[in-house]
Amino acid sequence: MRALAVIALIALAVLAPGAALADEHEAVQGTITDPDGEPLADLTITANRDGAEVGSDTTDEEGEWEIELPEPGSYDVELDLDTLPEGLAPREVGGEVLSGVEVDEGQQRTLIFQIVPEDEQEDPATEPEEPAEEEEAPPEGAETDSDTGVPGETETDLETPVPPQHAPFHERLAQVLLNGLQYGGIIAIAAVGLSLVFGTTRLINFAHGELVTFGAIVAFFVNAAAAGPGLHLILAIVVAVIAGALLGGGLDRGLWRPLRMRRTGRINMFIISIGLALFLRHLLLVIYGSRPNSYAEYQIQSTISLGWAEITPRDLTILVVSVIVLFAVALMLQRTRIGTAIRAVSDNRDLAASSGINVNYVILVVWMLAGGLSAFGGVMFGLTEVVSWDMGFKLLLLMFAGIILGGLGSAYGAMVGSFVVGIVAHLSTLWFPPELWNAWALLVLIVVLIVRPQGILGRKERVG
Amino acid sequence: MDYSSILTSGVYGALGPVAIGYVLAAIGLNIHFGYTGLLNFGQVAFMLVGAYGVAISVSTFGLSMWVGVLVGILAAAVLALILGIPALRLRSDYLAISTIAAGEVLRLFYRSSVAEPLTGGVYGLQRFGDELLDLNPVPPGIYEVGPLAFTARDVWLMSVGWGLVALVVIVVYLLIHSPWGRVIRAIREDEEAARSLGKNVYAYKLQSLVLGGVIGALGGMVFTIHQQSAHPDGFDPVVTFFLYTMLVLGGAGRVLGPVLGGLLFWFLMLSFDAFLRELMATGYIPPEILVPSDVGALRLALVGLGLLLLMAFRPQGILGNRREMVLDVR
Repeated sequence: MRALAVIALIALAVLAPGAALADEHEAVQGTITDPDGEPLADLTITANRDGAEVGSDTTDEEGEWEIELPEPGSYDVELDLDTLPEGLAPREVGGEVLSGVEVDEGQQRTLIFQIVPEDEQEDPATEPEEPAEEEEAPPEGAETDSDTGVPGETETDLETPVPPQHAPFHERLAQVLLNGLQYGGIIAIAAVGLSLVFGTTRLINFAHGELVTFGAIVAFFVNAAAAGPGLHLILAIVVAVIAGALLGGGLDRGLWRPLRMRRTGRINMFIISIGLALFLRHLLLVIYGSRPNSYAEYQIQSTISLGWAEITPRDLTILVVSVIVLFAVALMLQRTRIGTAIRAVSDNRDLAASSGINVNYVILVVWMLAGGLSAFGGVMFGLTEVVSWDMGFKLLLLMFAGIILGGLGSAYGAMVGSFVVGIVAHLSTLWFPPELWNAWALLVLIVVLIVRPQGILGRKERVG
Repeated sequence: MDYSSILTSGVYGALGPVAIGYVLAAIGLNIHFGYTGLLNFGQVAFMLVGAYGVAISVSTFGLSMWVGVLVGILAAAVLALILGIPALRLRSDYLAISTIAAGEVLRLFYRSSVAEPLTGGVYGLQRFGDELLDLNPVPPGIYEVGPLAFTARDVWLMSVGWGLVALVVIVVYLLIHSPWGRVIRAIREDEEAARSLGKNVYAYKLQSLVLGGVIGALGGMVFTIHQQSAHPDGFDPVVTFFLYTMLVLGGAGRVLGPVLGGLLFWFLMLSFDAFLRELMATGYIPPEILVPSDVGALRLALVGLGLLLLMAFRPQGILGNRREMVLDVR
């Protein structure tokens, strides 16, 4: 959904100069999509001037319409409600008419009709009564897809149950803490790899989010895609983790190692990773498409109660599994030979090399570990929300917040920091609108950089 | 195959208002990244506050557009101070992450329902540039230059935009060749050396951040005024990555680098776009492989690949000096 909007916007921003310069006729135009981002065809739109119709159009297969206008001026543009499919409505009552649309000389004006499910339509006149209706709604039991198509909400893809406002404060607090822990666990799994890569190579890898997306999409293709083999999700996770590890290792061998050999500067590498991120993300967009999807299993579950808070078995499993995986990574770093080598390289690369550690091999292992872990985190993230082409990028800044919060380069710091970020994001929904939750997590990052730039577990070193 | 239409769409793109706005923002970024060595990855935030400075002043408060321009410039300066005072004390990679985070926080806030009474939320704000359009001295009609055709409105807005670019380029040239410019370049080369010569490095960095940010805000204003519409999702972090690509392509640390890079970047982007669409329309690429809606994504993937290859093989771009572009963090 957001993906579509982004593409539409980019296309708009980029095409605007060409289009605006090339044509000189006036027009109104737009694209109408349903709440899931699918184009709506065969809707009729008419443009009126002083009550008289001056033109009309019907949306095509891609939901696009355009009405050419005779001259600049003020028009009323109306969407014919009778052509709208059952169960859908404009976002606001009366939203089917956009009156007083001013069109300038040579302007092609893009108009937006927001379409939402009928029961979510807002009536500006009756807004104060809405909370009362909410209380009548069934309690947060069976998960509903609240991806409503209102852009303000698509940003968060909020599927996590937000406790009803009438619950006692301690229950709401317990609920958001639990949700935050689960969110933090996902961020932590994805962020550990980012932190290990930074620790061993000092590379700030902006393309890490794409490893997350890659894992989620591979799992989707082998699990739920029409053309895929339709493996069970647990097998799909195994496939995704292996594929992620291979991609991580491949990137190291094919790109980063040669660059290290050429002694490319750190900032140059950082910018290269941004280029790589743009490249991979949009390649995934071409291959996967902009439409978000869900996995075949574990979609609709009813919650179980844990005293003050409730959680679906799926989310509880995700929380437990992420804690187990994080413990396993910690154990590996502490107890195994390769773990010790990884820590040695992070600590002092030259010293590690001179004591006989094969640094390039260690870095390759770290990359594969990072790829596998992020793929796993990606599937978990896709399971709680939806699989989309830009999910990794959405998570990336939160991962950065987590590893900076915990202390750059410290794997354990990344774990602690990620949990803090997840909890802060959910805690903010107690007092602030949920659409801003990621903004709060990022604000925490900025505050930490000011107050304690070395992070919670970071060593105090010169960072300025 | 209609080659001339492919080329003309590239030329329209390179000369159009979006390119002008991005070129201005890249000139600002050049001061940060090219001359001072600051890794500002939140340049889009300066464009955002600049654009919304105008949009909110006019559409929400009914003030004059010129007051709005001042508000936007002021807002960019304040943002630079708020961001720079804490973050410029940090190592440059921390600066990169905190600026990109700040940009996202601002965008999320501007599009939120909390801010909707001021910013129009997800719907954005429209029609705030009438004052500039009303000043248009160009008589109405279509102006043709070879295969290109412009309306009077385009001629006027493009003259204003490129005039502004020329003005800013001259100012930057004079500044960079002043004692102030020598100090900021010294900071890029060796911060400790500049400090040991008694220069207040921190203050110079802050001045550079404010100056580049204000130029970025002008960039944001130019294209939103042309489109007569400001929309928070037009200020995605990807915009900053575009700016870096333009800058690295033209040559960072060169006065004309961002201008040349911007012209080339938009020309290549839009002619590639037209080329692909032409290939699809004429059937050279069957619809099983690519559909027209993939073109936008494919183009962005190529921007990424271009940035990657440029940075790996020719970090100095077209005009730059390779020795100046070996960047490292001490």
